[in-house]
Amino acid sequence: MLASPVLSPVYSNVAMHIPDGYLSPMTSLVLFLLVLPFWHRGVQRLRQTMNARSVPLIALVAAFSFVIMMFNVPLPGGTTGHAVGGALAAIVLGPEVASIAISIALIIQALFFGDGGILAVGANCFNMAVVLPYASYAIYRAVSRQVPISSRRRVLAAALGGHIGLTLAAFFTAVEFGIQPLLFHAADGTPLYAPYPLSVAIPAMVLPHLAVASVVEGVVTALVVAYLQRANQPMLELVEKPGVMAEASRFGKLRALWIGLGVLIIATPLGLLAPGTAWGEWSSRELAHRGLGFVPERLAKLETLWGAPLARYDLPALGNTSLGYVLSAILGIALVAVVIWLFTWLLTPRQAAVQAED
Amino acid sequence: MNTQASRGRASRGVIERTLNDVTRALEQSLFAEEIARRPGLLQSLDPRVKLISTLLLLIAVSLSRSLAVIVGLYAVTLVLAWRSSVPMGFFVKRVWLLMPFFTGVIAIPAFFITPGPPLAHLPLGLLITRTGAMAALFLLLRVSTSVSLAVLLVLTTPWNSVLKALGVLRVPDVFVVILGMTYRYIYLLLHTVSDMFLSRKSRVVGRMSTAEERRLMTASAGVLLSRSLDLSSEVYLAMQSRGFRGYPRTMDTWKMRPLDWACGAGMLFVTVIAIWLGR
Repeated sequence: MLASPVLSPVYSNVAMHIPDGYLSPMTSLVLFLLVLPFWHRGVQRLRQTMNARSVPLIALVAAFSFVIMMFNVPLPGGTTGHAVGGALAAIVLGPEVASIAISIALIIQALFFGDGGILAVGANCFNMAVVLPYASYAIYRAVSRQVPISSRRRVLAAALGGHIGLTLAAFFTAVEFGIQPLLFHAADGTPLYAPYPLSVAIPAMVLPHLAVASVVEGVVTALVVAYLQRANQPMLELVEKPGVMAEASRFGKLRALWIGLGVLIIATPLGLLAPGTAWGEWSSRELAHRGLGFVPERLAKLETLWGAPLARYDLPALGNTSLGYVLSAILGIALVAVVIWLFTWLLTPRQAAVQAED
Repeated sequence: MNTQASRGRASRGVIERTLNDVTRALEQSLFAEEIARRPGLLQSLDPRVKLISTLLLLIAVSLSRSLAVIVGLYAVTLVLAWRSSVPMGFFVKRVWLLMPFFTGVIAIPAFFITPGPPLAHLPLGLLITRTGAMAALFLLLRVSTSVSLAVLLVLTTPWNSVLKALGVLRVPDVFVVILGMTYRYIYLLLHTVSDMFLSRKSRVVGRMSTAEERRLMTASAGVLLSRSLDLSSEVYLAMQSRGFRGYPRTMDTWKMRPLDWACGAGMLFVTVIAIWLGR
């Protein structure tokens, strides 16, 4: 806890562009996989609504996100800060398009400018290009529902969206840092990546964001929305007016589920902390230990019938139990998804076949 | 973040500081392009080999559980930089002075607060633990070696070659085109911002209040966003009139030479050895 105030000002600077070396490759990979469905969703939306038009649009919005990060914005009280601009892009273009544009800006920073890790690009995109725009947009829409374009309420909604969105992004970054010492350490307990546990990382990251960086994001988003209300109202209607890009920003209900699933995957190795075996899943030897005088013969026989391919959720080849847990979780989810997909595919009558018969 | 910019922060307004940041970004990429044109080992390599080798070495660095292996890989980057006429002072300074300035401050408390067997007692009752020292060193070395690798790639490869090389990693063409256009428009927008602020600055006498400055910065951001969107429709019309139909066509004219194969194999060898030693 003591370290939190010392780390605060610095941790918050790393938040936006996690360099390589802070996260284990497995964490980066998992976060990268979590970002993929969002990219897919964004590209689909763009295909449906804009086609070829989307190529220059995305390029320019990405360039805008890159340049806006250089704007110094003064706060009351003398400090200045940089905005990420993710909330603004989401409000004007919808979270799907904003997500792709910010991802492009982050990839360019990593590959062409050496800012932010190359392997950590998935993590950076998850925090800054998924959590930030989707959360900001949801808050903005919730607060400004059924309100005219020129209403003051929209300015407030934008401020809240920017502030809470960036704080959430910082929180996710802190969780990613905080689980590192838990999951990845040498045999003697030496943390191999970001060394601080959740109890240090979360306050060190979230508190300064609440006070400075998120305030900048909120202020910039709100004031730019206020400026657009005065100078360029059609831009605020791009997403909401049908026709232009309305389709590009419908909120999928499944999204929250995917995020939850991702958090669960990352958290699977928590099970390692618990002592003992899950209730009712004892092996025959443990049964004997538990005071069961004898083990039914059939049970003993059955036990060896089926050797699980991932026994104890561990992949011995990896030499790391936690890593094995995470991989097992991903494999398991992928298997379940494939099975469900196969079932739906078999059960749904296929359009083409039906038509061919007619 | 940068020592020059923080000097005299209070005395200069936000316009100057933003202008300063914009100019530095422009300068930095000019510098990189200049080094990428010099003759040298990495410059002569096929960009595809370079990109894949960089990824491989980054993975080796991040997988390693041994400090010695990470130090060894850092030595490899130094040799590569030296053979590629990257100014050594700049290369070492960029990594050890600027980048881990933050990581360093993050790593230092780890020396003291990580529980473990004691390594040294300092005055004021501070105790350095062995575990803490190792944790801090792991973080510092890993970050600086990874940053060195990325900087080497950025400095010795023209950006359009990096773009083309992405095709090898099965990155979809449309994505590569968007990356390339974004890169170009970043410079256009940087120049636009620079013009906007220079013209404003030349008309300002005396100091602006914080509230005025804030209004100016956010209004400029709004203007920039409107301009970007307008420009994107113009660019689209221009692309369409030149025959763009939604997917790009690229001319791929690279050929792998024996040197490329040899260097690629060498890097793969180094990676495998490093991963094996660092288990």
